[in-house]
Amino acid sequence: MGIYTLRRFVWAVPVVFGVSVLVFMMLHLVPGDPVKMMLSEFQTTQEQLDLLRSQLHLDESLPKQYARFVWGALHGDLGYSIRTKRPVSREITDNLLPTLELASLGLLVAAIMGIGLGILAALKPHSWVDASSSVFALLGISMPSFWLGLLMIFAFSLHLKLFPATGGGDLKHLVLPALTLGLTESAIIARLTRSSMLEVLRQEYIVVARSKGLRESAVLLRHALKNALIPVVTIFGLQFGRLLAGAVVVETVFGRPGIGRLIVEAIINKDFPLVQGIVLLVSCTYVLVNLIVDLAYGFLDPRIRYD
Amino acid sequence: MRTCAKTDALPSRRAWRATSSLWLDAVRRLRQSKGAMIGLVLTMILFATALLAPKVAPYPPNKINVGGFLERPSAAHLFGTDQFGRDVFSRVVFGARISLTVGFVAVGIASVLGTITGLVSGYYGGWVDNVLMRLVDVLLAFPGILLALAIVSILGPGLRNVMVAVGVSAIPTYARLTRGSVLAVREQLYITAARSVGVNNTRILLRHVFPNVIAPLIVASTLGIGTSILWAAALSFLGLGSQPPEPEWGRMLSEGRQYLRDHWWIATFPGLAIMITVLGVNLLGDGLRDALDPRLRA
Repeated sequence: MGIYTLRRFVWAVPVVFGVSVLVFMMLHLVPGDPVKMMLSEFQTTQEQLDLLRSQLHLDESLPKQYARFVWGALHGDLGYSIRTKRPVSREITDNLLPTLELASLGLLVAAIMGIGLGILAALKPHSWVDASSSVFALLGISMPSFWLGLLMIFAFSLHLKLFPATGGGDLKHLVLPALTLGLTESAIIARLTRSSMLEVLRQEYIVVARSKGLRESAVLLRHALKNALIPVVTIFGLQFGRLLAGAVVVETVFGRPGIGRLIVEAIINKDFPLVQGIVLLVSCTYVLVNLIVDLAYGFLDPRIRYD
Repeated sequence: MRTCAKTDALPSRRAWRATSSLWLDAVRRLRQSKGAMIGLVLTMILFATALLAPKVAPYPPNKINVGGFLERPSAAHLFGTDQFGRDVFSRVVFGARISLTVGFVAVGIASVLGTITGLVSGYYGGWVDNVLMRLVDVLLAFPGILLALAIVSILGPGLRNVMVAVGVSAIPTYARLTRGSVLAVREQLYITAARSVGVNNTRILLRHVFPNVIAPLIVASTLGIGTSILWAAALSFLGLGSQPPEPEWGRMLSEGRQYLRDHWWIATFPGLAIMITVLGVNLLGDGLRDALDPRLRA
């Protein structure tokens, strides 16, 4: 286990290095002059262009720029937003909490709905419950989340007036966005829980548990579900990534503040330091989450031995 | 080397007969699946709509009608009209062309580049495999739509750039899938046989390895078209993709957003179009998976 943990950490190092190189190169991959592009909407003089170029250290050699970029990032310095002139790290921390709230509540919705539906479907395979849960899963995968969000706004805020349509703040503002995000994600969890549960229910230890006269609820909960959820847990790392991506869309639909909206606005404003900062932070977090999920896998399922 | 070519040709013709019956089996299984058939019909309708758009649509998609802003759905305008008096039905019909193009181009980029990467990586192994797979790992470190967002921010907004962005961000899926299949195929006796009679690597890869890893790729590409359409629509919805006045579904939805309260039809029908399209492609893809790989059937 120790060696495996170590090896996973060692694997993460080149990945994070690659990510940092790619994010750093973003500015240099822009077709044409990145400084001109960033200021394309303004009347600028050559001096102003040169000033921004030297502020972004674009007049230095590439290795030196990269070293500066990494050194800064390691110390929490991601440069300054071109539009607001505020530090990128401040922009991100100011917008982090609403996105985390949205993502965690969305994940909760997804887990409850997905695992619940998956179990129901697996208990009575090929019944109408199973059929309707697979139809639900299929619709969930095919439905664009921005459309689902608009339908929610149309039904629950414009007509039933139960929840506010847009904006951030209290829990009431969080209900519709979290439902939108969670419902689309629950489809995948439902599918996976169903197949995993069906697999486990075929195992011999379930037959043994039943034949020794254990209550069905105990068989299902203690013996089946616990084992069936192991593969489900492993996709939570992937889910985290999908939730973040979903947040980009959902935040825009509901006009909520957050990282997702921040990056969309930064891209539209051609605010490169801000885009780079967000991309770097999110992808490094993603690598870390997947690392943790991978390691947790071994603890959850003692049958798994890495060598 | 003449004899070599001969021995090469003979079993491969026999192999073709065997694979053709394999494909026939798959088609038979596909036809038995209700879901796949529904998916096929939906996809065919979509293709027909896209091809015959000028015939199906009663109005030109961008024709502004000054007298008819925001009209409710009626016999003259099946899906109503938008804030410029444009016929929403005609725009949805022409939007099918855009979405299909986006889906195919993006999947084309992803599957060609991904498959080549996977073939080379899996077949040669060693340091080539190591380097290519670490690169794929790096691409996979950008979760979901983030890589596409980053690429759009480099290339700038626009439909063409969105196709590239969505395509490139799907490369890892195809690379890993192909590599996995190649690793299994590489150990087969017929590959050793081909190698021992002196067939060169490129030929082995194209004639012997590739045909045997193509089935999962077909499934992934079909499902990938659905995902690409969904992502591209999302990017256009965010204002990063299609530009006015293109009748792109995601952007039509975004434009219809502000009229949602009293003019629901502007945002509803493009959304429905996206969902039905993606649903059809997904049903077909699921059916293909069951048909091409009976072992995976639940």
